[in-house]
Formats: sequence, C-alpha cells, structure tokens
Amino acid sequence: MRSLETDVVVIGGGATGAGVLRDASMRGLRTILVERVDLGQGTTGRFHGLLHSGGRYVISDPHSATECAQETDLLSRIAADAVEMTGGLFVTTPHDDPEYADTFVAGCHATGVPVEEIPVAQALREEPRLNRGISRAFRVNDGSVDAWRLIWGNVRSAEAYGGRALTYHWVTRVLRDGDRVSGVVCHDGISGEDVRIEAGFVINATGAWAGQIATMAGCHGVEVVPGRGIMIAMNHRLVGQVINRCDPPGDGDILVPVRTVCVIGTTDTRADSPDDLAIPRDEVQQMLDAGEVLVPGFRQARAVHAWAGARPLVRDSRVSESDTRHMSRGMSIMDHRERDGVSGLLTIAGGKATTYRLMAKNIVDAMCAQMGVDRPCRTADEPLAGSESGVGIAITDRLRDREADRLDDQIICECELMSRTMLTSLLRDRPSVAFDDIRRQLRLGMGPCQGGFCAYRTAGIAHDGEHGDIARANGLMRMFLTNRWIGLHSILFGDQVRQAALDDWIARGTLDVEHLPEADALPSRPAEVEA
Amino acid sequence: MTRADDVHDPPELMRDSLDHCVKCTICETQCPVAAVTPLFAGPKYVGPQAERYRTGDRSVDHTLDYCSSCGICTHVCPQGVKIAEINSQARAAMKKERGMPLRDRIISRPTLMGRISAPIYPIVNWTLGFRPARKMMQAVLGIHERAPMPVSAPRTLRRRLKKRGQSPPGSRGTVIYFHGCSAEYYEVENSLKVIDVLEHNGYRVLTPRQGCCGLPLQTNGLFDDSRRYVRRLVSQLQAPGPGIPIISSSTSCGLMLKREAHEILGVDDPSLADIGSRTYDVCEFLLDLHDRGELRTDFQPVPERVPYHPPCQLRGHGVGTPALELMRLIPGLEVEESGAVCCGVAGTYGLKKEKYDVAMAVGAPLFEKVRGMEPPVAVCDSEICRWQISTATEVPAVHPVALLHRAYGLS
Repeated sequence: MRSLETDVVVIGGGATGAGVLRDASMRGLRTILVERVDLGQGTTGRFHGLLHSGGRYVISDPHSATECAQETDLLSRIAADAVEMTGGLFVTTPHDDPEYADTFVAGCHATGVPVEEIPVAQALREEPRLNRGISRAFRVNDGSVDAWRLIWGNVRSAEAYGGRALTYHWVTRVLRDGDRVSGVVCHDGISGEDVRIEAGFVINATGAWAGQIATMAGCHGVEVVPGRGIMIAMNHRLVGQVINRCDPPGDGDILVPVRTVCVIGTTDTRADSPDDLAIPRDEVQQMLDAGEVLVPGFRQARAVHAWAGARPLVRDSRVSESDTRHMSRGMSIMDHRERDGVSGLLTIAGGKATTYRLMAKNIVDAMCAQMGVDRPCRTADEPLAGSESGVGIAITDRLRDREADRLDDQIICECELMSRTMLTSLLRDRPSVAFDDIRRQLRLGMGPCQGGFCAYRTAGIAHDGEHGDIARANGLMRMFLTNRWIGLHSILFGDQVRQAALDDWIARGTLDVEHLPEADALPSRPAEVEA
Repeated sequence: MTRADDVHDPPELMRDSLDHCVKCTICETQCPVAAVTPLFAGPKYVGPQAERYRTGDRSVDHTLDYCSSCGICTHVCPQGVKIAEINSQARAAMKKERGMPLRDRIISRPTLMGRISAPIYPIVNWTLGFRPARKMMQAVLGIHERAPMPVSAPRTLRRRLKKRGQSPPGSRGTVIYFHGCSAEYYEVENSLKVIDVLEHNGYRVLTPRQGCCGLPLQTNGLFDDSRRYVRRLVSQLQAPGPGIPIISSSTSCGLMLKREAHEILGVDDPSLADIGSRTYDVCEFLLDLHDRGELRTDFQPVPERVPYHPPCQLRGHGVGTPALELMRLIPGLEVEESGAVCCGVAGTYGLKKEKYDVAMAVGAPLFEKVRGMEPPVAVCDSEICRWQISTATEVPAVHPVALLHRAYGLS
C-alpha cells in the first residue's frame, strides 16, 4: 500500500470538490482530491448546463436566486473558458399562468436578479423558432457552462498552488483516530493498488453519495436524497439563448443551448440510488412535449442523447419524502463534530453548479475555523487556469479552429470537430484515460453519430501511440460504445434511429466489435457505477 | 433586417434537414470540387457538420466559398439533407457580414451586363477577346483572364422577335417561353431555335418581356436582391394568363423557378408556387410530348457522333436526361454521354480568379472526353456550361434543341 500525507483530503471530483481543492490550495493548505472515477462523472457532468441567472428561484428560493445572480456574474469573468453567456429569456407561453409574470418581475427586483421585459416581437426576432403564442418575454442574464471545463479549470488552478487530483481513486475506508477523522484509504482503479492518505481534515463533497461516505466515517443518518432528473440533448441549437418558462418551477421548463446542442430538462423523481438512474420512456415523451411548448416542431427534431443525473437534495423533514422538487436546493454544510461528535470531517451537499464556488468557500471557511487557520478565501479574485484571457466560449470556436488547422491536422471526431492533435496531446498528458474521459474533456462522440465513426479512429490512434496494445484499445472502444448506448436506447425515434442502425451495421455487421480480443485491465470502476 | 411576410426564415426550412445526416459521407465522395482541391472541406463538412457551429451572424469558415453550388451533394444524399442549400445560406450570411466584392456584384447581374454590352457589342466582344484587356480585368476585378465569357449577339432577342413577328396560333395550344437573360443578349440564335421547334410542334409561343431570375445573385449570396428579381420575373411570367405552360431553355434559371427561390431564398409566395409548378425544361416538355405520341418525328438523319453532357442543375429538376432520349430519336445521330460529373464553371464560380484552377480541374475529365471524340459539336443544356466547354476544348457547344432543329430541317 502506498502512503501519502497531506493537510486536507477532498472526496468527490465534481464542481464542489474541485472548487474546494482550488480554494483550500489557494489558502496554502496541502490538498488532495480523490475521485472514484473520472472528474465530472457524477452530478456535475449530468445536468443541463445552465448557468443560472437566478430567475428560476426568485419565488421558490429567494436566497438561492441572489446567490445565483452574483455567482453567474462572477463566473462569466473568472471562469470564462468554461462559460458562454448566451443570455436567457423567461417567456409566458399559452400554457403558463399569465399572473405569474408580474410576481416573477417583483421577485427578481427583490432578489437582485437583473431582468428586463422586452417586446414579444423582439423575442421572436431573436429566437425565430420560439412559440409564436408567447404573451410576454423577459431578458435575464443566463448562460451555459461546460461542466468539465469548469472542473478542470479549478483543478489546474489548484495544481499551480500545489493541489492534486487523483482520479480513479475509490475511497474504501475513512480512517479514524479516536473521535477524529484522520484520512482515507483508496483503491487505485488504474494501478490496482491501495493508497493510504493521512490527512488533518477530510471534506466530503460527494453530493448524492455523501451519506455513503459519512457512514464509512461512522456518522450515520446523513440523508441526501438523489433527485433523479432526465435531460435530452437535441442535435443542434434550436435556440441561441436559454429559454425558460415564466411559470412556477416544473418539469421540462428550460431549454439550454450548450456547446453544439441544446438540452431540454428536466424531471424530478426520488431515486433509490444515485448509481441506478433510469431514463424512462414516459419521461422522455414528457420532455419532448415540454419542448414542443417552447419550440413548436420540437418533437420532430433530432434527439442525440439522453441522460439522468442525481441532484443531491438534503432531506428536509418539512416536505414529504417523495416531493424532491420542494426540498431545499440551497447548500447544506454538516458539521460532524457537532452532529456526531466526530471532528476533522465536514460534509457538503445540496446547492447547484452555478454556486459551486460559494459552496467551496463556505465549507473551507468552516474547515479553517475548526483548524484554527485564518486565511481568507481568494477564489473570486483571480481567473481559473485557461480563463486568463477572459474570453468566453462561442459556438463558433471549433469551426474557427479547424478552419485554421484542418489542412494540416486530421479531424477525428467530425461531429464535434475534435482534431488528432487534441486527442494525442490528451493521451500524452493522461495515458490511462478511458474514451469516456476523452469525451468529457474533448467532446469525443458527443455529436449526432454518437461515436459511430470516431470511436474506431480513436481506438486506432490509441493503439498506434504508446497508449496500449490492441486488446486494451479494443476494450476501451467497446466500453465507450456500450456507454454511449445507455443514452441512446430511450430516444430511438426519428432521425436517431437511422443513425443507430448505420452505427450498428458498422459496429456489429462490418467490424464485429463484439468478438474482438479484449484486455481485462481497463480503468476499473466500482461494479455499480455506470459511466 | 426587415423581411416581407411571405419570406419564411430559410435557415429554418433547410437547416432542419441537417438533422437527417448520418455521416455516411456519400456526398463527399461525389463532390466534384472536393475531389480536386483540399481548399474545399467537402459538402458534409461545410454543410450539416459546420452548420451546428453557425449562428447566422458570425462567419468563421470562409473556405465554404469554395463550394461551387453545383448541387450534386443534395442530389446524392440518401437521407434528404439539403446540403447545397445549407451552404448557399451560410455563404449569404458570410457575404452579408464580410461584404461583397465588386466583382461578385457585377457578374451576378447578367441583365445589366447584357444591357450595357448590347449597343456596343463589337467593342465588348473585341475587348473580351483581347488578352491585355482580360489581364486588366483579372487584376482589377478578379475575373480570370482565361475564364469563359459570353459573346454578345449583334441584335437582342427582343429586336429579332420584333422583326420575326408574332407566333402564329398553334394547333396544340399556347406556351410561354422563359428564355433567361443569356438568351436575350448572347444566345439569341439558340432561343430562336427553341421557338421554331415549339412552333413546329404546333404551339403558339408567347415571349413576354422578362428580366433575370436572380440566380446569379443567389449563388453569390445577395439574397435580398435576388428575391426582388425573382418576384418581378414571376409577375412578368404571370402576365400572359393563368395555366399556360412555361418552357425554359436554361437549366439553372428554370430550376430557380421550380425549387431554389423557395428552398434557398425562402420565398413563400403562391404566385411563385404557381409559376414553378407549370415551368418545364424544354427537353422535359418535348419528351413528355413524345411520351404522349404528340411529338413530331419528321427527323432527317444527322450522321454525326457527339458528346452530351447533362449539366449539374439538371439533376435538381429530377427529370432524368430527357435531352439524351430526344436526341436518340434522330436517325444517324450517335450521342455519347460524357460520364463526367461537372464542367466546373457552376454559374459564376469558374469565372473567379481564385477559383478558376479549381473549376478547370473539376472539368478536366469532361474536357478530355470531348476533345478525345473530335466531334463537330458538343451538346449541353446549360448555356454557361456550354461556354465553359467550348472555351476549354475549342469545340463549339450547342443546346440539344439545336440538333432537333437541324433534324427537323429548320436549319
């Protein structure tokens, strides 16, 4: 067993964990983040990508609304590389309560959420596909965020301050020294060995999995209810701005343009386990119907992928157990010294990606107070790694980049315009990556063909370099294709059926990928985790 | 920008078709431009792929301008993606953003060019045939010095028709002849042959005054002007009366009325739909007559062996190759299909200095075929393709109707 020693261990490689890693590192604490699989493989990588203006919460959760407004403004500057300030509209469709609009505006004013009513004609000019029956339109400061870029930006920033992120490190034990948590033991899924990390403090930032970690530390009864929500990505941007229904929060009330797609979301149902999230057909239909209200013709548009995420909702005794939409979306910090008599451990859950930085600040503040360290948070003061120029994401970015280099560089993923150089540099930096890890960082296979062509090219290049032998490359390719399928089978209608048929003919008919020799030693993951 | 109510948002109509792309790459294998130059990224790339990255107001992929708009990609797509149309719209957005070269403004207005040249045609023809003048045109305007240029006719079609007198009442009915602007100023003889052949088959031929269909403006991305042109033409062609078949001898201009004004420019006008639905390519019309047993077949033998090149735009009509079938009715005439994809000129594409070499490379297999046969003439339905073929091969090129005209003993 390897041993490491550090000041702080952060468990969980989502936005919150990465934010904590950066915050603590910037305060001069030696910090190690451990993540059981890849960064952003949990809830942060499974939402609709909205950077909230706050408008959605002005009535239901005014405090969150104000936090969202402030953090969105801040992130558009310090995390520009991960953010596209698309702008957003709240629109009153014929299905919405017309009374709500005035309540909404009053709520925005009360919470400091910038809002401006614009003429319906202007909204329709800006968004020609929008339901022409809308009666009012309000401009808000929504954006969209590439969750993986956000996480990696935090990790790279933290690294500059000495922080480290260990992926594929699955916590198997939380170490106790009497009443004090003193570190963790992880299983390294890549090397296969166990790693013991002694630490002065442990932060449990595992979101919907927080109860499991707390239990390992002997702190029982931490109930974080996984609120399952499904999302569907449509083949291209049907709208250029975030479109919100101007109505109390409900299912399928938002359409978010993020990178090359637009995402309709979401549903909200209590799940038994965050590792077993279904994508039921009836919810898919429900999302398509909801999309139809915002953009007529939505049902005929092409859906390319569906997924489900688990909101970490902290159990609130005031609402019924099954009513996850009304559980607190605010952040909760659990002080286990106070709650369980166990020191050296704090749990954070709840909140949302938009406020990840604030959550990190609050919990690191709480930790510093317990450690007796007096160092202020500086995460709002400097840009994340990669965001120094302050230039945000634009939809045209990759087309512009390929326009410049396509004569000299091969394009591997044609849908997402990922070049060979992008791929080979990532393979050089992270030789042990799975293809899904490449997907999260470079968008491999996230376009309409869903890996139907690029998976084989990537396997060839992975094998061609020093990334692995044939058996390993085959295994990675098959794992990737299998995982893509998880998000496809529930949306097989219209154009995506034709694609799936062609992909299947190539995969099984022409290449017989099911019978290729395959290696055993792939990046391992806990058995219950799907990619 | 304000839009008339009868213009739908063209990106909406065509852009939605990008959802049908399954990345099969069939379009890329058939694109004549991508086959000869890497400068063009190919129809799948600039079409359904790149369109996902476009906003309509920010152009970043300027090499899409290397698309010649030949339309083969749309034609071969088994999934129904309107690839060429997506490209045309993206190019229009690009030119709107980046501004339009003077050259593109000039060459996209053939009626204007024709009207200016007509009174001074000998000077214009001499200038266009004069190498130093062409060198200057290339330097100043960017029109390639060796690109094909039309020869202005001594008298315009309108003046010739005045002299010819009205078409006599026909035993079979009346048709409207939509000749297009090249016929008015350059291809006057050919237009008269079309009228002769129609009259020979028992039709009274009306030739109302008519302007440009706006196609060159459309392929050069000047959509607003193009819409104005096509609307005016539609009302001119409606003038003689309802329901009269409209016969076109210009493959591309006919296609503009049949499909492109609606599909690319987004004109949603019932009168355009009416005109489009009764527009026929002349060979399509004559072959229909033959299928009904109404075409006169009093052909004299034409003992020649000629190459026939079906122009790219003909595919857009979806009528097969009616000219080929008609010419095969002529005794003694041996017609060999070119087997080539495209002559390269694609409207105004091959005239441009920076695209000339690409256009010539695209057309190379066709030119080789034509030269190899050493024919008295080459045959092609589209006038600009004919100019390209004859300039490149020095073999005169004629419309298929010219051969029918001869076989009928009319010339």
